Amino acid sequence: MSDSVHNVRVQIPYHLRNLARVEGEIALEVVGPVTIRSVLDALEQKYPMLCGTIREHDTLKRRAFLRFFACEEDWSHQSPETELPEAIASGKEPFLIIGAIAGGSGPGNSRRTPHLELTMQS
Amino acid sequence: MSKVRVLVGTRKGAFILSSDGKREKWDVNGPFFAGWEIYHMKGSPVNPERVYVSQTSGWFGQLFQASDDGGKTWYQPGVKTEDAGAPQWPPVKSNRFVYDSSDATGKPLTTHQWYDGTQHPWEFKRVWHVEPSLTDPNTVYAGVEDAAIFRSTDGGANWSEMPGLRGHGTGPQWQPGAGGMCLHTIILDPSNPERIFIAISAAGAFRTDDGGKTWKPINKGLRSQFIPDQDAEVGHCVHHVAMNPKRPNTLFMQKHWDVMRSDDAGDGWKEISGNLPTDFGFVIDVNSNDPETVYVVPIKSDSEHFPLEGKLRVYRSKTGGNEWEELAKGLPEKDCYVNVLRDAMAVDTLDKCGVYFGTTGGQVYVSPDGGDNWKAIVHDLPAVLSVEVQTIA
Repeated sequence: MSDSVHNVRVQIPYHLRNLARVEGEIALEVVGPVTIRSVLDALEQKYPMLCGTIREHDTLKRRAFLRFFACEEDWSHQSPETELPEAIASGKEPFLIIGAIAGGSGPGNSRRTPHLELTMQS
Repeated sequence: MSKVRVLVGTRKGAFILSSDGKREKWDVNGPFFAGWEIYHMKGSPVNPERVYVSQTSGWFGQLFQASDDGGKTWYQPGVKTEDAGAPQWPPVKSNRFVYDSSDATGKPLTTHQWYDGTQHPWEFKRVWHVEPSLTDPNTVYAGVEDAAIFRSTDGGANWSEMPGLRGHGTGPQWQPGAGGMCLHTIILDPSNPERIFIAISAAGAFRTDDGGKTWKPINKGLRSQFIPDQDAEVGHCVHHVAMNPKRPNTLFMQKHWDVMRSDDAGDGWKEISGNLPTDFGFVIDVNSNDPETVYVVPIKSDSEHFPLEGKLRVYRSKTGGNEWEELAKGLPEKDCYVNVLRDAMAVDTLDKCGVYFGTTGGQVYVSPDGGDNWKAIVHDLPAVLSVEVQTIA
C-alpha cells in the first residue's frame, strides 16, 4: 500500500496563501505514507515559492514560529517521518500549518491551540 | 523630463513614490508584500525597471523578490513569471542563503562574539541590504545577518557566499550591535570593478580590491569608547557609509558616535563631527552634484533614539565636514520623537540634488533643492526601514 495515493487537505497561514496565490484550503496528492515530510514535500512540489518558508532549506528544520497540528493535536515536535493519523491521510481532517500567535485561545478553540508560542513581533 | 521613483521599505510592506523632475506632486503605490518586513529594495543602475527586494518575516524567514517593470508586478526569481502557481522542480532557491563552508570554495564557519562575550555560531537571519551591480542587471549583492556578503549572477535565483570576508580572520572578534550582527552597507566602486566596500555592525568597515576574494579591515582612525581597545582593528559599530560615485576614494561614515571621513578609500579616517549638536545617528549621504556636501540626521544618543528637543533636523556640511548647518524648513518644529534608520536616506541625481529620508513614524520627506526646503511626501506609512531613489531619464 506504500504507493497508494492519498488526497490530503492542508491549511496554511494567510501570508503563505498570498505567496502561493491560493485561497482557502489546499488539496494535495501524497504518494505513499502520509507523514509531515511527505505532506510538506508535496506542498512544496506544487507550490515551489513556499520552499524555505515552512522549513529551512537543506536542514528541513521546522521554522521556529510555525506549528503543525493534526486532529487537534500538536505534532510540531514529532519526527517528520511519523505517519499522520488516518483522518489526515483520508482527507477527513485537514493538516494545519499555523503561525505561532501571542495570547490565549478563545472558547471552543482551547484544544486546538494549547501550545502556541509567544512571538516577538506585533 | 526626468522622473524619480522612491523605493520605500517599511515594517509592513513596500511602497513606491513617483514624481516628475519637479518633485512636487507624488503618486503613492503600495503596499506591496503587505504585512511583511521590507528591509531594503533597490533598482539596477543598468536597467532601472529591474528592482530587487529583501522581504522577511519572523515566521516565514527570508524571501527575495524582483520586478522587471519598475515595481508594477513582482516575482520570486526562479519561479516562472508567466504562471507563478505552476508546478516546478527543483525548489526555488532565491531565499536560500547558506554560508559556504566547503573545502573547495568556502571558509570554516567559526564563531563570532555574542552579547555576553562568549562565542556564537554563525546563523543566517535576514538580508539587510541589496546592491545591484553597476554593469550587469542580473548580478546583485546581498548583505546579511549574521554578517556576510552573498552574490547572485542570475537575477537572484541562486546565491553564493563570498566567504573571503567572513573567513578572513577577524570574524571571531565581530559582535552584534543592538539590531543584530548585520552587514548593512555595500558600496561598489564605479572606477574599479574589483573594489567593494562593506560595513558591519559591530565589526567595522572592510574593503576588497580583488573582486571579493580577499578582504581587509579599514578602520584606522576610528575610536569607540564602548570597546576595550578603543582603536581596535575591528569591533567598531559603523552605522552607515556613503560615497559620491564621482569621487570614489572619499568615504563618509556615520559611526555609532562620531561622523568620519576618509580620503584614501578607507585606509585612514578622521573625525568631522565639528559643530554637530550630537554626533550620534544612523544615516549619512552625499550630494550627487557636490562631493563635499554631506547630510546627517543627528539623534540624541544611543539610549534615546530620537531628535534633540523633539525637533527633526537634517544637518548639512558644504565643506566636507566639521562645519555643519541646521536644515529645518518644512520639518517638524516640536513633539517629534522618531528615528531615521541607517538605510533610510538617499539622494537623486537631478541638477538640483533631491534628498530623501524616511522615519520610524512613517513619514518620507523630500528636499528637491539639496536640503534648503523639505516637505513630507507621505505622513503615515508603517515605520520606514529603508529609502532608495531612482532617477529615470
